[in-house]
Amino acid sequence: MGKRVGMEVAIASAEAAALCKFDVAAVYPITPQSHVAEHLSDIVNDGRVDASFITVESEHSALSAAMGASATGARVVTATSSQGLLYMHEVLPITSAMRLPIVMLIANRAISGPINIWNDHSDIMPQRDTGWISFFADNGQEVVDMTIQAFKVAEHREVMLPVNVNMDGFQLTHMVEPIIMPDQGEVDRFLPEYVPYATLHPDRPVSMGTLAMPEIYAEAQKAKNVAIVNSKKIILEVWKEWEKLFGRRYEPIQAYRTKDADVALVTMGSMGETAEIAVEELRKQGVKAGLLKIKLWRPFPFAELRKAVQGIRVLAVTDRACSFGGPGGPVFSEIRSALYEEPVRPAIVNYIIGLGGRDVQVEDFMEMVRQAARGKLSEPYVFYGVRG
Amino acid sequence: MTTVKKYTKSVVENFDLYAPKLVSKEEFFNAGHRACQGCGEALAIRLMCKALGKDTVITNATGCMEVISSLYPTTAWTLPWIHVAFPNAAAVASGVEAGLRALRRKGKIADRRVKSVAIGGDGGTMDIGFQALSGAMERGHDMLYVCFDNEAYMNTGIQRSSGTPFLASTTTAPAGKKIPGNQVWKKNLAEIMVQHNLPYVATASPSYPLDFMNKVKKARRVKGPSYIHCLVTCPTGWRSASETCIKLGRLALETGIFPLYEVENGVYKLTVEIPEKRRPVEDYLKLQGRFRHLTPDQMQVIQARVDLEFKKLQNKIDHSVSWV
Ligand SMILES: Cc1ncc(C[n+]2csc(CCOP(=O)(O)OP(=O)(O)O)c2C)c(N)n1
Repeated sequence: MGKRVGMEVAIASAEAAALCKFDVAAVYPITPQSHVAEHLSDIVNDGRVDASFITVESEHSALSAAMGASATGARVVTATSSQGLLYMHEVLPITSAMRLPIVMLIANRAISGPINIWNDHSDIMPQRDTGWISFFADNGQEVVDMTIQAFKVAEHREVMLPVNVNMDGFQLTHMVEPIIMPDQGEVDRFLPEYVPYATLHPDRPVSMGTLAMPEIYAEAQKAKNVAIVNSKKIILEVWKEWEKLFGRRYEPIQAYRTKDADVALVTMGSMGETAEIAVEELRKQGVKAGLLKIKLWRPFPFAELRKAVQGIRVLAVTDRACSFGGPGGPVFSEIRSALYEEPVRPAIVNYIIGLGGRDVQVEDFMEMVRQAARGKLSEPYVFYGVRG
Repeated sequence: MTTVKKYTKSVVENFDLYAPKLVSKEEFFNAGHRACQGCGEALAIRLMCKALGKDTVITNATGCMEVISSLYPTTAWTLPWIHVAFPNAAAVASGVEAGLRALRRKGKIADRRVKSVAIGGDGGTMDIGFQALSGAMERGHDMLYVCFDNEAYMNTGIQRSSGTPFLASTTTAPAGKKIPGNQVWKKNLAEIMVQHNLPYVATASPSYPLDFMNKVKKARRVKGPSYIHCLVTCPTGWRSASETCIKLGRLALETGIFPLYEVENGVYKLTVEIPEKRRPVEDYLKLQGRFRHLTPDQMQVIQARVDLEFKKLQNKIDHSVSWV
């Protein structure tokens, strides 16, 4: 049986990776991910996991080394944040194209400029279309659970794709939270040994990462899309199994008091917990508020979203990143386009919030719901509470 | 002109007598690839693979060699091979090494040594891949990096790199009416690798195949990082006749432009004898269209620099001491 502990979430994420007995870690430090990097190396250097820790000289090399190791058949973990994730960008789509099931822990942080170390989602959003499965955690428990789930999903023979687990920088990484840490036996029963499909070894030589002409490049892209779309089925299976074994339920979109809701907030990441309190407060005041928390960003859960919004009059979608000169935040444009074909669909407004660590309090979420309830905003998207 | 004072006989010399007979008939870099006629890089890779043997994993940086050898669904490689991107061959190969090491230790793969070898062009090694190379070498992985230096970004159309020689004409440093080609001297990467305290660093050329293969074998045996800088002719980029591929490598040595040496635990040693009286650099330059615009004065500037570099190398050969 797992044990309830009080643990910093960054450290807990590294502990979760240790429970998965990774073979290789290749990590470059960056705030607010550094505790993950440091703790992974503690785990290796104390001999708690029999693994190699590669002290790479950059994030580009972190993911590149992770790929090299994964291609030999090793179970590999890496972690990064912000500028580091941007620095990896070149390598991200190659990882998924080569179907290497690497797990990456991301401590989400704003991107420069101006330079800012605090939390938002502007680092992960530009990576949206790189073919990685993306989980978003609300709290420390979810970070731990999703990290372990990530290996199982990634390495599943019908998936074979890299997975990133997003945890909000500071808001999650640096919080000490009560977490039920699964024990080794439980994880061993849940997570089988990784059996790679093809590896770099002279006993069975293969060429990986070859050149594709136009006659086949498009098919390769389509194949990657098919793989990630189909991964949802496996993700749902893994989550069901998790619930059976550990009693904690995971869904692509978690609904909170939406059954009779008139206005629902949409969040991704740790702000969901603040929004829950706002919903409770509004309910006390007689406002029929609800909340949808997105846990699975890629593959995007279209069917689940359509089901989740039924009966809701207005959706107030929050975004923690900008799409400059675009239609609004990335979550908003995704949701709006997902619902376009629906005969009956809610009105959708967009609040861009919490950029670069800007505090968003319970009262702010309440105000967003009140504004949204009145109908259309003056603009298609609003930088909530931002001067200028 | 300086003459060579000390040519230390190496194992290569003994090896020379019977080595051709011993060279593996097995091909790991196979015919049917799409390299240009007279490509020194493709030839060098073929020789390198023979010297490395079966228990090798190759990581290839983006560049001519990846393009000509891996057109899906074909491959020239019968060694395990991976290509990821342009700047990161050293990093990927370091991960290959770490992965193989961990899996072997944990009994998940056969218990025998498989060498991780990264290869890249001068661009992928000396420029965009420089940081990854430095990192991988500094970390002490059991891996070999071989740079195949054809002195420009050939894959993308002969653009200048930090391996491009002084005054060579390239498509981004053309011999213009005002500026006569590349304005700076070639970066000495082998020397920079020596400064990483590598147990083994060597320069090589497919024009001296046994010397090259012997160095590859030596580097393979090193339990740690090693580096070989291999100068390879590119007839397309050098604007030279295909059939002069081997000859140009020899002239590079005979003029002293590209001496073949190795540095073992800090000790410098020439591995191929350089004629007492070195040939003038002009003999090398005049066979290549990329130097066609050079005036006699400019050739003299190059000659003086080659003499100086040669003297510097000679000095190291005479005075270097082993650190083991
Ligand atoms: C990040 C990045 N920048 C630029 C390129 C374009 N590119 C591909 S190969 C190459 C040059 C390769 O030159 P070199 O490494 O010298 O190898 P060669 O082709 O001469 O063998 C360039 C510039 C790329 N693929 N990736």
